[in-house]
Amino acid sequence: MTPPEKLKLVDQVQAINWNRIEDEKDVEVWHRLTGNFWLPEKVPLSNDVQSWNTLNEQEQVLTMRVFTGLTLLDTIQGTVGAVSLIPDAVTPHEEAVYTNIAFMESVHAKSYSSIFSTLCSTKEIDEAFRWSVENENLQRKAAIIMDYYRGDEPLKRKVASTLLESFLFYSGFYLPMYWSSRAKLTNTADLIRLIIRDEAVHGYYIGYKYQLGVEKLGAAEQQELKDYTFNLMYELYENEVQYTQDLYDGVGLTEDVKKFLHYNANKALMNLGYEPMFPKTATDVNPSILSALSPNADENHDFFSGSGSSYVIGKAVSTEDEDWDF
Amino acid sequence: MTRLVYFSSISGNTHRFVEKLGAPAARIPLYAKEPALNADEPFVLVTPTYGGGNGRGAVPKQVIRFLNDEENRGLLRGVIAAGNTNFGEAYCLAGDIISAKCKVPTLYRFELFGTQDDVNVVHDGLDQFWKAH
Repeated sequence: MTPPEKLKLVDQVQAINWNRIEDEKDVEVWHRLTGNFWLPEKVPLSNDVQSWNTLNEQEQVLTMRVFTGLTLLDTIQGTVGAVSLIPDAVTPHEEAVYTNIAFMESVHAKSYSSIFSTLCSTKEIDEAFRWSVENENLQRKAAIIMDYYRGDEPLKRKVASTLLESFLFYSGFYLPMYWSSRAKLTNTADLIRLIIRDEAVHGYYIGYKYQLGVEKLGAAEQQELKDYTFNLMYELYENEVQYTQDLYDGVGLTEDVKKFLHYNANKALMNLGYEPMFPKTATDVNPSILSALSPNADENHDFFSGSGSSYVIGKAVSTEDEDWDF
Repeated sequence: MTRLVYFSSISGNTHRFVEKLGAPAARIPLYAKEPALNADEPFVLVTPTYGGGNGRGAVPKQVIRFLNDEENRGLLRGVIAAGNTNFGEAYCLAGDIISAKCKVPTLYRFELFGTQDDVNVVHDGLDQFWKAH
């Protein structure tokens, strides 16, 4: 067996000066990430025990498999993905942001174990982890991404990382949103929402840094990266569909999950600065899922369509922002 | 002066949405050292929502500064908010906050820089809106 190659480190380090900022996005995102900090111990998962027992065996096994799949992605992102971006950082503050991202991914990975230990037996947990090692499509998506992290092209690494953060998680995230929409495992869903919020900032930030890098290139190189991004998206999507079938065919949810995949694939592409790829007809996510994700998302706020309740002036929203002076 | 005012951070998502609308629009300056923007006719505001932080800081500081000016505020007729559903309850929260504080309706919400469908709805919707206002 050949020893694994050593991860590249930054060549030179200087004391980081947060009073001299080159890219204000670094500071903004740092504050957002630290402001969002959380730990799984704060979520009362044990309140879900009763609800867990109302799931049948097939549903329990599905849920555990979904969570081991998510654990694998978070582990990759924490130990390899976010860390591999550090040597490519343009500013010292960008390096610091990646260390925060890497740490939070490890928190995410650990939080699934909190869910497991609260809801399942050791034997069931071991079986679910064994499944994650043996499932071809899960292993394949990990292998595709790992390949790019090891590669020598910084911008392609950012593409892989953004697609992981903003697309690959969602075949898994679907399920806790589904349970939550049926008033099941609601505390677990609260925890997953915290993860989803973090991944949104990660995808946004890494995608933003990607776009900064792309701006500096000539037209031919820009086109090459765009083609590469869409090719990788197609490759991952094909695999994701199979992975979704492996998981959800048994409970008849595959088509519903695929809409959620399309919707999030579009958002992943937008984070990288590209126009969405799936048409509206393929992204009409089940409203109950969208509403479990964001209670505001399915309300009709389209004032322009003139539909009934939309002409509502926002109710008192508590804002502690001290900058308003009226 | 135009009837669309917007703010966009350096990541430029909201700028891109406004560009796709193809209507003239005035941008609220990014930096305090730049000259402030003064509205002189009724306008609709397009703003991103800064996610997370449990609602704190959802409205960009630059937008708050712009609306703290009573004349600007008096000309505001509606708000369009951008966001990301991944932020859960805070999705497009900037629109709700501005709507409540300034007593104007939230006209539309979109994610990131908006899809072509979003652009079409807002484009036609604003035409209708200004005919009625």
